[in-house]
Amino acid sequence: MRYVDEFRDPELINKTAAEIRRLADPRRHYRLMEVCGGHTHAIYRFGLKDVLPENIDLIHGPGCPVCVLPMGRIDDGLSMASDSNVIFTAFGDMMRVPGRQGSPLEHKARGMDVRIVYSPADALKIAKANPDRHVMFFAIGFETTAPSTALTLMRAKEQGIRNFSVFCNHVTIIPAIRAILDSPDMRLDGFIGPGHVSTVIGCRPYEWIAKNEWKPIVVSGFEPLDILQSIVMLLRQLQKGESIVENQYKRVVPWEGNHAALRAMTQVFELRPYFEWRGLGFISQSALRINQAYAEWDAEVRFQIPGLRVTDPKAAQCGEVLKGVLKPAQCKLFGKECTPEYPIGALMVSSEGSCAAFYNYEHRKTSALISLSTTT
Amino acid sequence: MNADEDDELLPGGCHMCLAIPGKIVEIFPDNVNAALIEVAGVRRRVDLGLLEDDRPVIGDWVLIHVGFAMSKISEQDALDQMHTLAMLGEADAAMQEIRGYGTEEEDKNYQSN
Repeated sequence: MRYVDEFRDPELINKTAAEIRRLADPRRHYRLMEVCGGHTHAIYRFGLKDVLPENIDLIHGPGCPVCVLPMGRIDDGLSMASDSNVIFTAFGDMMRVPGRQGSPLEHKARGMDVRIVYSPADALKIAKANPDRHVMFFAIGFETTAPSTALTLMRAKEQGIRNFSVFCNHVTIIPAIRAILDSPDMRLDGFIGPGHVSTVIGCRPYEWIAKNEWKPIVVSGFEPLDILQSIVMLLRQLQKGESIVENQYKRVVPWEGNHAALRAMTQVFELRPYFEWRGLGFISQSALRINQAYAEWDAEVRFQIPGLRVTDPKAAQCGEVLKGVLKPAQCKLFGKECTPEYPIGALMVSSEGSCAAFYNYEHRKTSALISLSTTT
Repeated sequence: MNADEDDELLPGGCHMCLAIPGKIVEIFPDNVNAALIEVAGVRRRVDLGLLEDDRPVIGDWVLIHVGFAMSKISEQDALDQMHTLAMLGEADAAMQEIRGYGTEEEDKNYQSN
């Protein structure tokens, strides 16, 4: 494993890795899915696959908000800002995601007023500072981020700021997990549950996965030791034939979640009947929209949007990679037409996307070794 | 492999999943939801609205996500979290995010206060 000397307790890491090897039945092949893109990033960053036995496969899940957003929604958001009176605001993660006519950053180069914000509250501040213009915030994210958008909309209403709207693309994690479990080509043994989403929703919403689907799930932190401990907890359950929800990340995640955050979401949002996910298709009740009481701040009410579906390039196999059916390097475009510098699919854009993570931490390493061995 | 070089190659940073630990140094008397937090010497304004059921006080540590405090944590957990971000190569991105909160006018107000 790389960067070993940076860890707080390398000895504990080694002990935990040894416990994983002891618990893993050599006659079995384990497929464990980490749902959250932050975990995917950490797994590659720390080279955790190097310490796991060969019969434990980590499958990368759908928990990267940038990756699961269909291209049509990016085009819809950009179409709103074709009016020169509109200021387009979004997190930095969105800026290089390609739409049909280019990314937000490329639109900025062509003269669109595109601004990076680090908080939806700052998009609201831009609206206050520019009363003659309209500020649209392109909201993405799971339940970790949705409460902050909700509170920002509540503040806009309280303060009567009317030159502000939100293009809501918030999605919810549970229906995505359900879609993956329903997928016929998927076989999984258990889940490493998302960390920061769970600070909001708590651990109860995962109980059906353990009880009805009989897949153990362990909510996990982001350090190497957290992830390895979560794998130990999953293997122990599998060994005993148990299936329960466990919380490895107790120092941050309360079992019941954050009620104030859930209240804010309920006040502002309602479930969409269905929403399209890149790679997973339409999933019912899997996304949030702004409710009637906040319609004045809903960009989809305020603007006419094309609402066109844009299919991904045929050769790109983002869907199969996103579902864990293919590994990133098995996609035909990986590392050739599609690279982090010139991404074709969204999994290559965000560093949480499994293709970019694999490219940055595995592919570059292998390429460097190959070039080294051919030059010496 | 040099970790710093590695980071420069990353296409964006994973802000969507970043949670940054900060210490509350001031709560504004006219607005209980507005607080000043300090992260590695940088002070910025964050919103405490998501913690209204269990309000933090000055001196408490919180995890911050996109400008909002999302949970109270212990000082030790805050230090651990900063360590995690450093290990993930995200410490610079976290500081960039903290510096990015707020507008320039507000920063001037802080300095003049």
